Amino acid sequence: MSQLDEILDIMAKVSMVERSTLVPDAKISDLGITSLDMVEIICELEDKYGVELPYNANMNFQKFPTLGDVLDMIQENIAAAGKG
Amino acid sequence: MPSERRIVITGLGVISPIGQDLATFNRNLFNGVCGIEPVDFTWRDLSTRFPVAPVKNFDPAVFIDVKKASLMDRFAQFAVAAARQAFDDSGLVLTPELAARAAVITGTSVGSQNTIEESFLKLANGSTRAHPFTIPRLMSNAGSSHVSMTLGFTGPAFTVASACASAVHAMGVTLQMLRSGVADLAITGGAEACLTFGTLKGWEALRILSPDVCRPFSARRSGLVLGEGAAMLMLETLEAAQARGARIYAELAGYGMSSDAKDITTPDAGGAARAMAGALADAGLAPQDIDYINAHGTGTRVNDIMETQAIRQVFGDRAEHIAVSSSKSMFGHALGAAGALEMVATVLAVTRDLAPPTMNYLEPDPECDLDYVPGAARAMPIRAALNDSFGFGGLNAVVAVRKSG
Repeated sequence: MSQLDEILDIMAKVSMVERSTLVPDAKISDLGITSLDMVEIICELEDKYGVELPYNANMNFQKFPTLGDVLDMIQENIAAAGKG
Repeated sequence: MPSERRIVITGLGVISPIGQDLATFNRNLFNGVCGIEPVDFTWRDLSTRFPVAPVKNFDPAVFIDVKKASLMDRFAQFAVAAARQAFDDSGLVLTPELAARAAVITGTSVGSQNTIEESFLKLANGSTRAHPFTIPRLMSNAGSSHVSMTLGFTGPAFTVASACASAVHAMGVTLQMLRSGVADLAITGGAEACLTFGTLKGWEALRILSPDVCRPFSARRSGLVLGEGAAMLMLETLEAAQARGARIYAELAGYGMSSDAKDITTPDAGGAARAMAGALADAGLAPQDIDYINAHGTGTRVNDIMETQAIRQVFGDRAEHIAVSSSKSMFGHALGAAGALEMVATVLAVTRDLAPPTMNYLEPDPECDLDYVPGAARAMPIRAALNDSFGFGGLNAVVAVRKSG
């Protein structure tokens, strides 16, 4: 399983949305992923990959309008930490 | 209800990051003194640093017998210290008859976080037994209990918990009990001592803590900063206060409460608006009568936009003419004590005709478009004011304060 698939599986599990709807172009707000879901997702990914993901619900939520934007942030940080 | 008793505030007490007595708090609040700084928190071999608003060098011995203080968590020590100040400030002489009619109703969100963490630390470090005072220290009603014991109030006493709205819920309940004659005088307010490693890690995990300072309502706000402390009010009937020639700060004119019934963390403007409208109606005030609102103003993205919308819903065009400020920009968010510290700020604003500022304000946010009194206090007539508190879990409480006399 690719890293992207692992991340998307965690997102689908935590937010309880259909895995098939999780495509990069989708807007997070349209997917039904709440800000609390996102906090939980980020926390689970941090534990799984042993990284710190810079995410502040006050500053960053609007910077990640699409799922692709947040996936980029997650994968860049995992790669930078050499944990991929 | 014309026959209803009117309730006034005759004493104030405060233990806060910007002053551990009323005079210092009063001076620093209106001078825009910010009590936020980075502090290191450790637990065994773990260490982390957060910006917080601590009550520095608090000495319980100033207010409490040393032996009794050892029975109390830090939050209860704060409660007793603030209550002692408020009672002394009122100049009331307590008779046995009055004592039986005197209530203690205070708010706290978590309460004894220090005791809980110290106890687990002791066990985690290999001790086989907890401290014998663990349970009496960690009861969340310990604040109210110790205040009643310290002051000798023997009427109704209990603790109210509604997260960040606890203190204002406590004031609303107290107001109702005094109006109805269940009690004749009361200490009410809130206390919290939540600056611990575990609490900070919990809030950090919610991803809503600011990395530096609290900047309510501004475009560059970055989240909330936790604080701690306590504030207490001495309340009595207008009739009794006048009869004994007491100094009256202001009237506690009304309260409103609501629940969002929506989301455990995201607040709802409709719920906040219902609580504000309820406080106005209960006080017999119209939107045009309000000159100042001490906002909940946490500095989070969701609260500040939601609260702005709620104020617009309730006040319509009048919202443009109301000064709205967040004192959390100076003393942080003290959870169950927040509404009490902010109530002292609100009462002082009404008493002094001076709106406290919102500090650390950086750039207007198009979605927060009210007058937030940025940067400096403003002299202006304040006939009546609201104090907003909205708790996690969607529990809202608002009180109205009216100039007396």
